[in-house]
Amino acid sequence: MKIPAFTLPAPLARVGARLPQLPPTLALVAGLNLALDRVLPRDTLEPLAGKRLLLKVTDAGMALRFTLTPRGFRPLLDSGRPDLTISATTRDYLALALREEDPDTLFFSRRLLMEGETDLGLLVKNTLDAVDWDSVSTRLAALKLPFARQLFARAH
Amino acid sequence: MTSPRPIELVCPAGSLPALKTAIDHGADCVYLGFKDATNARNFSGLNFDDKAMAEGIRYAHDRGRKVLLALNTYPQTDNWQRWTGAVDRAATFGIDAVILADPGLMAYARKTHPDLRLHLSVQGSATSYDAINFYYEHFGISRAVLPRVLSLAQVEQVIANTPVEIEVFGFGGLCVMVEGRCALSAYATGESPNCDGACSPGKHVRWEQTPKGMETRLNGILIDRFADGERAGYPTLCKGRFEVGDETYYAIEEPTSLNTLELLPELARIGVRAIKIEGRQRSPAYVAQVTQVWRAAIDRVLAGGQPFRIEQAWMAELNKVSEGQSHTLGAYYRPWK
Repeated sequence: MKIPAFTLPAPLARVGARLPQLPPTLALVAGLNLALDRVLPRDTLEPLAGKRLLLKVTDAGMALRFTLTPRGFRPLLDSGRPDLTISATTRDYLALALREEDPDTLFFSRRLLMEGETDLGLLVKNTLDAVDWDSVSTRLAALKLPFARQLFARAH
Repeated sequence: MTSPRPIELVCPAGSLPALKTAIDHGADCVYLGFKDATNARNFSGLNFDDKAMAEGIRYAHDRGRKVLLALNTYPQTDNWQRWTGAVDRAATFGIDAVILADPGLMAYARKTHPDLRLHLSVQGSATSYDAINFYYEHFGISRAVLPRVLSLAQVEQVIANTPVEIEVFGFGGLCVMVEGRCALSAYATGESPNCDGACSPGKHVRWEQTPKGMETRLNGILIDRFADGERAGYPTLCKGRFEVGDETYYAIEEPTSLNTLELLPELARIGVRAIKIEGRQRSPAYVAQVTQVWRAAIDRVLAGGQPFRIEQAWMAELNKVSEGQSHTLGAYYRPWK
């Protein structure tokens, strides 16, 4: 099943921007840390170490700031200038996560914006693309993560 | 090594999932590269390490498909061993063919691994049957990938005058097509696809949303500015908009994608042996979408019977993933020669 086209209602972005950004950031880094070493190779992502990363979910008004440290991904609490900013809507992030859309396609149609150190963005994109869910799903089966399993099952 | 199919569909893979996706969606061959400057898509995080390469080849061969390795950049005297080492690794892995551009490397491959099948890369920029036959006589190449500068009639003439199989590009990004000899990226960044394996390497590219629009800079040089909603292209100098006289426009070429779907019956008739899909830098989603369409189209042509009919949905799918605002038949369809 394809994700239908949708954008969250405009007021949500205004409200979302006023809400604390820490809880969704914590959720994001928790997910990333779960994937780190298991799914995402730490040595490949090494260039991200100490870099200020910003993920903007434009229609939800969310701006998630985080970095990679020797102890894994951590939220950033200040709003210093990011080294890499990626912006897209909720729908398009989901479509990317499920491999329904190609990032270049979204970029050409101006639905995905990458600002700052482009090489870091390419590294993130290509590292995520290289995750072989066929082999990951067997390992995930051992974990008690029903939601993640469903998501990964859809992705491949 | 002959294929039972009269026309092979050759699809790109920048990662193991892309390779599996291509094969699952009907590719006859997948082409890929190592994680270094020995191939012309040397981007961060892209391409295959030894483990992924071994698994990818196993996955393809188990399903009766082929894996081709692009070693299509030009070694220099101080890094020659890296390229010959890559040829040796390819032979050890059981790659079905290596796609080479450099004649020195071709001589090395032929001498060191006489059984290794050689394809001449588009980066070799051989556009005449004389050039292709030269590579055939000296290095025994089995196939040549034609640069995207020939008209259909010229492609036909090449095929009629060479024993070498001819592969043409069917779909994907276009550039100025001075393959293997383009210096535009090097002019702006000091790095070229020919020697460093990347046109507009990521470390030199900056995008920024400004009040005037989204700006693209290459090593600090402003090469384009897109208004809101305007479709964007890759950040290459050839596709930039520049001030010429008192006009700002695409002075070299517009960002566009090649799409030769409607020429498929003609390509089959003149004896094209393989159709190549561009895009090793793209994600598995692109590979799935494009491979699926081209598999269906080639199968329809090979089935013969009724006149070839293109499904609207095929074109819609291909247009969606295209660069820029349009697609083109490129040089294949032009009245002049």
